Amino acid sequence: MNVILIAVIVLGVIGLVSALVLYIISNKFAVHEDPRIAQVSEVLPQANCGGCGYPGCSGFAAACVKAADGGSLEGKLCPVGGQPVMEQVAGILGMAAVASAPKVAVVRCNGSCENRPRNAEFDGAVSCRVKNMTGMGDTGCGYGCLGCGDCVAKCQFGAISMNPETGLPVVDEEKCTACGACAKACPRGIIEIRLKGPKGRRVVVLCNNKDKGAIANKACKASCIGCGKCVKTCEKFEAITLENNLAYIDAEKCKMCRKCEEACPKGAIHAFNFPSRKPKAEEPATQSAPEQNVEPAKAE
Amino acid sequence: MKTFHIGGVHPAENKLSAGSPIREAALPKQAVFSMFQHIGAPAKPVVQKGDVVKVGTLLAEAGGFVSAPVYSSVSGKVNKIDAVMDASGTRRMAVIVDVEGDEWEESIDRSKDLVRLSDRPDLDSKTIVEKIKNAGIVGLGGATFPCHVKLTPPPGSKAECVIINAVECEPYLTADHRLMLEHAEEILVGVDLIMKAVNVTKGYIGIENNKPDAIKLMTEKASQYPNIEVVPLKVKYPQGGEKQLIDAVIGRQVPAPPAIPISVGAVVQNVGTAYAIYEAVMKNKPLIDRIITVTGKSVKNPSNLLARLGTPFQQLIDECGGLPEDTGKIIGGGPMMGKALLSLEVPMTKGSSGLLIMNEKEARRSEPQPCIRCAKCVSACPMGLEPFLLSKAAALEEWEVAEKNDVVSCIECGSCQFTCPSKRPLLDMIRVGKTTVMGIIRSRAAK
Repeated sequence: MNVILIAVIVLGVIGLVSALVLYIISNKFAVHEDPRIAQVSEVLPQANCGGCGYPGCSGFAAACVKAADGGSLEGKLCPVGGQPVMEQVAGILGMAAVASAPKVAVVRCNGSCENRPRNAEFDGAVSCRVKNMTGMGDTGCGYGCLGCGDCVAKCQFGAISMNPETGLPVVDEEKCTACGACAKACPRGIIEIRLKGPKGRRVVVLCNNKDKGAIANKACKASCIGCGKCVKTCEKFEAITLENNLAYIDAEKCKMCRKCEEACPKGAIHAFNFPSRKPKAEEPATQSAPEQNVEPAKAE
Repeated sequence: MKTFHIGGVHPAENKLSAGSPIREAALPKQAVFSMFQHIGAPAKPVVQKGDVVKVGTLLAEAGGFVSAPVYSSVSGKVNKIDAVMDASGTRRMAVIVDVEGDEWEESIDRSKDLVRLSDRPDLDSKTIVEKIKNAGIVGLGGATFPCHVKLTPPPGSKAECVIINAVECEPYLTADHRLMLEHAEEILVGVDLIMKAVNVTKGYIGIENNKPDAIKLMTEKASQYPNIEVVPLKVKYPQGGEKQLIDAVIGRQVPAPPAIPISVGAVVQNVGTAYAIYEAVMKNKPLIDRIITVTGKSVKNPSNLLARLGTPFQQLIDECGGLPEDTGKIIGGGPMMGKALLSLEVPMTKGSSGLLIMNEKEARRSEPQPCIRCAKCVSACPMGLEPFLLSKAAALEEWEVAEKNDVVSCIECGSCQFTCPSKRPLLDMIRVGKTTVMGIIRSRAAK
């Protein structure tokens, strides 16, 4: 009897002392976390894609809270949740949401099997990164899509897929969250995260070729040859710039007039999601390309 | 018989052109001189369109210390200076010369007379290195590292011996083999010059024993040079790798990067480089030509050609009986480390040691199968790495894992991929890992 009693008392005392020590230590080393971080975290999509530029959703939540303490949520955007989620976040933090326009991934290459003939066969590991290290790849264009699907593998949202007919990746605009994982995966930097535009309408130069006109023209039927015709048509708005033989349309300045699309002798400029035009304007833009492009190519 | 101690494989030798004496290739109609024929800063052109040049005229000067000048190998007129596709498949600056006649600069001694070091007591180590530097000589084994850099030991390190790489471990290639048989005396003077340049008294020439005639001849001729020893080596790939050769010949191991061969007191030069050094120092002839092996199982006439730099590959193939009908792949260099070519218009450069034409059957890679964990790649790796792990780390973008497992030590010899029973593209992925990790290390150092 005595033995049992002693054991119970000794253990009880040890238990009490340990509890006391634990209590004191846990108070002394308590980590204070802003409760708002957990709240913000809860409304985020929990995709942990890193598209916001922070390590996962909790990292972004912490950054938002810090920014709110600093006075503004500017520059903080969850590309997956978009505006509705950011409004919720702003509500929790008692701030006004900063308006941001939705974005989408755009594959700036139209070098389909038809436009860009293959001049070699690549039989190494099926990976764009490996293929890019071999130099030109299997076509005459050293800037275009390599077609091994590194971007497809990186998309968490199933928004990008390879089109077996063209050999190019296609972005599903509904599913794309503009997290930018595909853009990072592309070793040639072809994919751009771009303003989605009103009603999804946007005008884009679908080419990444920085070679001189004659070389670019030889490599691909749909390449930008840097002739500058689009720049001239856009003199009023100055939305188009020409650098390294490649035209670029600034989405913020673009007024969606689509004059550049008509002016491009190679059909490298594409307008997305516009209602189809009246029949007469559609054909000549692409059909008459081969004859016209000889002149600007020589002018280089 | 000596060899290196870790890993290694033994691919079929296929030295088809070993019995074919070196012959001179015809002059090209147009020669293209890339500014990127060496590792390091690109050369800077010093000629302009329309300039008349002779054989041996300076076309471009070195772009820095780790760089090399480029000389014209033909006489004629500069057609243009423009970006041209080179063997690596990228467009890079090059000087293009339209060939007219064959007029040489007068300073070049074209006689065949042998000049020994004892005939030229005026040469001291500084002059020799300076002459090598000005002649635009790079490592002719294929790595194209500017030669004078290796002959200028960094402060704090001292060279103890010179090792000449006459191993030619790549299958098919026979350029160095033929060079030894036909120019043994000149090579030995070249070795003497390298030894003088780095002030050492011991030189070794490592030759694999699949070239018994070369070993015999070189040993015989080297008997006049008490300081030069010919070391026969057991046939094993990649014995021509710098670190493997040092291990095989003097039994020292070069530590992982940033250590370099000079850290263990060795200066390694290729046998072709030794010959080029002889010509540059004793005959004033800059690097304007080299021996290239044009070979392949279906090639009519596998040969060793002495060709001028800048000659298009197409012409070299035509000289050996034209492109066979069943061609599947054309490789610049040997089958293990060479690179498949995109076009035959590509010009020959300082690093072109061979041109291998594979038939369709040889050229096709097998479909990769899952890894069966046999660890053959691990036992084949001459650097003691774990190729399966590095390849996986690169595929999963786990750069820390790749870095911890010494991916930067990889010499890209391809032994792992050669030996893999599942035919996995191991080296393809390891290269990605190596380049990325080296980039990470560089950016970390820059901070």
